[in-house]
Amino acid sequence: MGYERQADFGTPAVQSDEAVTLRIDGRDVTVPAGTSVMRAAAECGGAIPSLCATDSVKAFGSCRMCLVEIEGRRGTPASCTTPVEPGMVVQTQTPLLQKLRKGVMELYISDHPLDCLTCSANNDCELQDTAAEVGLRDVRYGYAGESHLGLPTDSSNPYFDFDPSKCIACSRCVRACDEVQGTFALTIEGRGFDSKISAGQSGDDFLSSECVSCGACVQACPTATLQEKAVAEIGKPERAVITTCAYCGVGCTFRAEMRGEQLVRMVPWKDGKANRGHSCVKGRFAWGYAHHQDRILDPMIRESTDEPWRVVSWDEALAYTAARLSAIKDEYGARALGGITSSRCTNEETFLVQKLVRAGFGSNNVDTCARVCHSPTGYGLKTTFGTSAGTQDFDSVMAADVILVIGANPTDAHPVFASRMKRRLRQGAKLIVIDPRRIDLVRSPHVQAAHHLPLQPGTNVAVLTAMAHVIVSEGLANEEFIRARCDWDEYQDWARFVSDARHSPEVLEAVTRVPAAELRGAARLYATGGNGAIYYGLGVTEHSQGSSTVMAIANLAMATGNIGRPGVGVNPLRGQNNVQGACDMGSFPHELSGYRHISDTAARSLFEQDWGVTLDAEPGLRIPNMLDAALDGSFRAIYIQGEDILQSDPNTHHVAAGLKAMDVVIVHDLFLNETANYAHVFLPGSTFLEKNGTFTNAERRIQLVRKVMEPANGLEDWQVTQELARAMGLDWNYSHPSEIMDEIARLTPTFAGVSFERLDREGSLQWPVNDKAPNGSPIMHVDGFVRGPDGKGKGKFVVTDYVPTDERTGPRFPLLLTTGRILSQYNVGAQTRRTGNTVWHDEDLLEIHPTDAENRGLKTGDWVRLASRTGETTLRAEVTERVAPGVVYTTFHHPATQANVVTTEFSDWATNCPEYKVTAVQVAPSNGPTEWQESYASWSEKSRRIAPGPAE
Amino acid sequence: MDPARLIYMANQIARNLAAQGEAAAIAATAQHLRDFWDPRMKAAILAADHGALEPIARAAVELLRN
Repeated sequence: MGYERQADFGTPAVQSDEAVTLRIDGRDVTVPAGTSVMRAAAECGGAIPSLCATDSVKAFGSCRMCLVEIEGRRGTPASCTTPVEPGMVVQTQTPLLQKLRKGVMELYISDHPLDCLTCSANNDCELQDTAAEVGLRDVRYGYAGESHLGLPTDSSNPYFDFDPSKCIACSRCVRACDEVQGTFALTIEGRGFDSKISAGQSGDDFLSSECVSCGACVQACPTATLQEKAVAEIGKPERAVITTCAYCGVGCTFRAEMRGEQLVRMVPWKDGKANRGHSCVKGRFAWGYAHHQDRILDPMIRESTDEPWRVVSWDEALAYTAARLSAIKDEYGARALGGITSSRCTNEETFLVQKLVRAGFGSNNVDTCARVCHSPTGYGLKTTFGTSAGTQDFDSVMAADVILVIGANPTDAHPVFASRMKRRLRQGAKLIVIDPRRIDLVRSPHVQAAHHLPLQPGTNVAVLTAMAHVIVSEGLANEEFIRARCDWDEYQDWARFVSDARHSPEVLEAVTRVPAAELRGAARLYATGGNGAIYYGLGVTEHSQGSSTVMAIANLAMATGNIGRPGVGVNPLRGQNNVQGACDMGSFPHELSGYRHISDTAARSLFEQDWGVTLDAEPGLRIPNMLDAALDGSFRAIYIQGEDILQSDPNTHHVAAGLKAMDVVIVHDLFLNETANYAHVFLPGSTFLEKNGTFTNAERRIQLVRKVMEPANGLEDWQVTQELARAMGLDWNYSHPSEIMDEIARLTPTFAGVSFERLDREGSLQWPVNDKAPNGSPIMHVDGFVRGPDGKGKGKFVVTDYVPTDERTGPRFPLLLTTGRILSQYNVGAQTRRTGNTVWHDEDLLEIHPTDAENRGLKTGDWVRLASRTGETTLRAEVTERVAPGVVYTTFHHPATQANVVTTEFSDWATNCPEYKVTAVQVAPSNGPTEWQESYASWSEKSRRIAPGPAE
Repeated sequence: MDPARLIYMANQIARNLAAQGEAAAIAATAQHLRDFWDPRMKAAILAADHGALEPIARAAVELLRN
């Protein structure tokens, strides 16, 4: 694709069952009723000049450029604000219109610098285009009068500049911030000629304002007023490639706009069905890590982690690795080997890693980062609904009447979807938030939760059981739905259980600390408020009852009939870009791709025949089990692709001890991450910009990742895995990831209809894609739950009893720590810490309530010691009422903090997903780093040494 | 594998399935161990001292012998 701007129809598309036919410039056009004349003209190939209109925001009618003449109507109405009518006859170009437009344009240009040749938007500027379209040849007013020329540029944002002297006050940026992003950070300050765009209060710049740097304003700006710094530095792109973001599970699609192999900017793709043309600060701007100086491009090996790394050729690295793995397998057996697939890599890469472990290593010891995030989703939704994934597409939220957010912080962790959610809330949908923290959604501009239930961490099941108690005991259950769609006997067992008086909100208030009346109100609203949709995150799963909570959520949705149509459902907000895909691809030790148990002889034999090997029929080790087994000597080697378990997994000391005990640790990554400090082989990885493949997002949407530049390390990650397999004697000969997808489709019923050719043609597909759902499945469980052999089974109610966590507060550790993420950083920060995003967050902070802070003599900015029964670290405090008394909160983005030194090994009973959200801690003033932090920093520095190469 | 850790895990599974009633919980706990535990984990808990296993978990582990 060459470079051209994305199509802009001027005003948003309208959904209507009624069609209207009109005539524009002699051409008949039929559009949905409610469409603007401007959009209708664009849809029949016309282009009415405009400046203040763009199809991401509502019509505004301020620039007076898009005027038209309409037969039988007086004056010259603005086409953007004029809806079409049947039989309307429109002229978009007449002598009168030409004169009016030229006059308006003269006024604009009289206050605009004429530096087009040196302007960063040269030849990519709508003002320039419009001047050309109206035939502007002269400005009668000259340039000597009062103007806004020469105003200083605001360069405070790390990624874009705001040059007010180029602003035409079209207000597109303000409206994009309001309508698309929903932050309301920008405004027009002053009136008339003095109108100026302002970020926040006077005195604020973009960085100090409420701006979240999503880029919507930059995308909407018709001039160079809001412009990416990279465009100013590099120049206008010359081609654009559609690809998929490698950050969170929303799965935004972007146009990677390139000059040669240099990425100029990432612009959200308007046709992307996950993001609908929107973006966040990470996907839009934080891609600089791809070329960061820390990136390792050559393979390295060492005998011992005490030694410096030795740079070697790919051949030597692969031969060394294969020999070490084979020797361990010969001496200790196949079950001494294992691997971890990456939720940041593609489906094809993930599939190959699990294939290498199962078919090459000969064990089922394969796991993935979902172990520490959404493995309870897999267990819980498979048990209740029949498959391990969310039920809806993202568009569904626009049909929700009640949105229940539990244990998720969408504005920080899934910001692009959060903007859709906020748009629906501004339209009037009601919001329930169940979260120990007062997350931004609870109250933000034009959004206020009807109910916020600030529960005690660790009591999710009790809260949900109390809600179920209200729904059942007050007769609010949808018995018609339950009788038709669920197992009635199981429902009755469940209903009896939740109806017991010991599960009433009043009794459980002592445990949950949620006022009973508030909880009853929330339950009634969810059950009776129309379409009820539940969105949840790691605040649900990362508990000792994570799986129980997922099942309790599913129970609520079934009990109220909120399944199987737009606007309802159970929606896990998946963390990493391809964590859904990694799970789908058979990354769990007990499951083959498509969630078929390894003991299922029929499923296993399909793979055995295709791969020409015999597979182990027993489940393998999960990540925490691998670390335990390493300490007893029965697990000795691991291949880790794109995952930093030392920083991300709980109880860092235990992880370090497990890794240290292994004979061979192979890290395949972009950077020498924390886990690599314990590695013997480093295989350099490639970024998402350097590879072909697919990612699957939280709505089961499979989308292509397209290579826009050659891998700096020489190989895409699937090629590295293939070469390692070949070095171990496996006859793999994939020449392109599409061939791997063909194998996945051949072996996985839910992917039967997926191919690269089809994805390229259709943009995306939501699994299942097969004979029963040839065009994919935006919404699941429409006619029946996908349980049982025919896939039309009954939903299963599961009794979920509240079992308190064994992690308890007491005199030594009186506070509860919960951990999470913030907008500008991503997971362990390996990528975002190597971008300009550090300007917003360059250290982990401990949020603590003013009462708890005062009791300890702490104020914002003080260094504090955070200690648990497991370990301790130091970081700085932020005193805030976002957390309740007795609760503290921090992020885990920075290795200098190592928040997981403090977290425990308590985990979900069903999946061993760590209980990150509940750790009993004490907080006290501190003078500096802990002994662990100092010794780790020293060890880390020593471990990252690379031996100098031989003199040439 | 550390037997104490495995016993803790088995007890935790059993406690979370106990609401199904004793017989069902024993069967479900045993099935859970079959479905999700690696063979060395199953072997280790069978070989461990079962004194610290709670009744449902103990009965479930016994079922693994079959």
